[in-house]
Amino acid sequence: MGSLNIENVKKAFGPVEVLKGINLEVNDGEFVVFVGPSGCGKSTLLRVIAGLEDSTSGRVVIDGADVSATPPAKRGIAMVFQTYALYPHLTVKNNMGLGLKQAGTPAAEIERRIGIASSMLSLEPYLERRPAELSGGQRQRVAIGRAVVREPKLFLFDEPLSNLDAALRVNTRLEIAQLHRRLKATMIYVTHDQVEAMTLADKIVVLNAGRIEQIGGPMELYNSPANEFVAGFIGSPKMNFVDGARLGETAKTIGVRPEHLTVDPKSGAWKGTVVHAEHLGADTNLYLDCEKAGLITVRIFGVYDAEPGATLYATPDPAKTYRFGADGKVLK
Amino acid sequence: MSTATRSVPRTIGAHAILLTYTAIALFPVILVIMNSFKSRAGIFGAPLTPPTPKTFDLIGYTTVIGQGDFIHYFQNSLVVTVASLFFVLLFGAMAAFALSEYRFRGSSLMGLYLALGIMIPIRLGTVAILQLMVASGLVNTLTALILVYTAQGLPLAVFILSEFMKQVSDDLKNAGRIDGLSEYTIFFRLVLPLVRPSMATVAVFTMIPIWNDLWFPLILAPSEETKTVTLGAQLFLGQFVTNWNAILAALSLAIMPVLILYVIFSRQLIRGITSGAVK
Repeated sequence: MGSLNIENVKKAFGPVEVLKGINLEVNDGEFVVFVGPSGCGKSTLLRVIAGLEDSTSGRVVIDGADVSATPPAKRGIAMVFQTYALYPHLTVKNNMGLGLKQAGTPAAEIERRIGIASSMLSLEPYLERRPAELSGGQRQRVAIGRAVVREPKLFLFDEPLSNLDAALRVNTRLEIAQLHRRLKATMIYVTHDQVEAMTLADKIVVLNAGRIEQIGGPMELYNSPANEFVAGFIGSPKMNFVDGARLGETAKTIGVRPEHLTVDPKSGAWKGTVVHAEHLGADTNLYLDCEKAGLITVRIFGVYDAEPGATLYATPDPAKTYRFGADGKVLK
Repeated sequence: MSTATRSVPRTIGAHAILLTYTAIALFPVILVIMNSFKSRAGIFGAPLTPPTPKTFDLIGYTTVIGQGDFIHYFQNSLVVTVASLFFVLLFGAMAAFALSEYRFRGSSLMGLYLALGIMIPIRLGTVAILQLMVASGLVNTLTALILVYTAQGLPLAVFILSEFMKQVSDDLKNAGRIDGLSEYTIFFRLVLPLVRPSMATVAVFTMIPIWNDLWFPLILAPSEETKTVTLGAQLFLGQFVTNWNAILAALSLAIMPVLILYVIFSRQLIRGITSGAVK
């Protein structure tokens, strides 16, 4: 009850092509996250799915029905926006009920669904308030509640956590994950934050410059990225890329994640100088300027004392080293 | 009170400047109202003194009210102003919404065309307008005035309102679309309430020139039936003798309705002018 097929969708604004042929299949009940740098077209793709933008060509199919020419309200979707987008003149209750009222749902049914959604999101004490009287986190919960009451085939989230502060972001992320588990609904979530993508998704779609770079589960993307872009985008701190020629390798580029490097003050593969150290408690990020590999990041679990200027040797784990060809694709 | 941001001499200086300006701005208005309550001899003998028991006289007001149809002129002015204002705000806001919300071929050119009227005075077209009104049989009707004033007010309204409407969040309008609201509902229920302060600004800027206009009533609707207040007041302005009592009384009365409308809009107006300056 909520599958989505996107078939060769293209979108151009005048001469600028924002989506260059997207093909995607989302199964019922999946939590799919679109992730990518800003300007990669992920929000535009979401808007095309919602019907807020018309695609230049291609088809959007929800539950087997082609909705390419269906207005947003009739697509069976609900959307949560980055800026909450609550109706300022309506109370929380009416904000949640408006869509159903427009669709002609009986009042008793609206009441029932608002009751369920507000208890799920602990919004009961605020039902008679207006959005202006709520905090940011509460507003976003109302916006999520407004989506929940519509019982849509497809939930669309457009960077819903970007306007919240760090602590609230973690809480709301958890709430969205629980919501997905409880409703078992299909959700599509757009974010530029790879932590959100990794923690929430069943399936991540990495977009870059209007194309899909890779589709896969969080661990799949982390462990076997298809190309240099995905390898660099997923994982924090970012993967180190070293010119293959400098290391005497045949591959164009060698990639090692910061956590797959070990350091030793006496001996190792790459000799380098500590440029800067970030002490986070649980782990330590060292920036090393290596003779062979250039500037690299090393992530060490736990506390590690290293003064800038000290000499250290870094050694990559050979089993977790990626080799990329000239076209950026991973070499098997 | 914090002393870091306030110093006594600066506060006094600022207030002195503001008070002087207020006095200059209010002086003519007060002079008119003051003298409207004086006898003819009082007006000419000592124009700058307030009415004393000796010079106090309501002759101006009795003349104005006694002289035919001043109430009727007031009614005409009010009908013309309120109707024009209504149409300017309605059509101006709708055009502004279309320009700011929809991308269509030539939309920026259309915006420029609609704003062009700000730079070209409508009075340049008086002769053509008169011919048009004669041809359509609208001479000596209030409709003629309402049409002309609506056209006169629209450019500024479209210009100001489209700027403000661009600031209304896209997400909000899209949320409305997903909830199944029609474009009209989105416009009237979501967007208009949010641009209310700027509507008030436009209303005041539109209303005052219409109420004060003498030109078009004189040319398009000079009949007894359709005279407006400003035209009616001309009755007392003769080539050789001018009935100053009556004119001053008529003008004092004419200030009232604008003042009332202004007070209605002013709370919104201040927010409109300062919005964007602070969050």
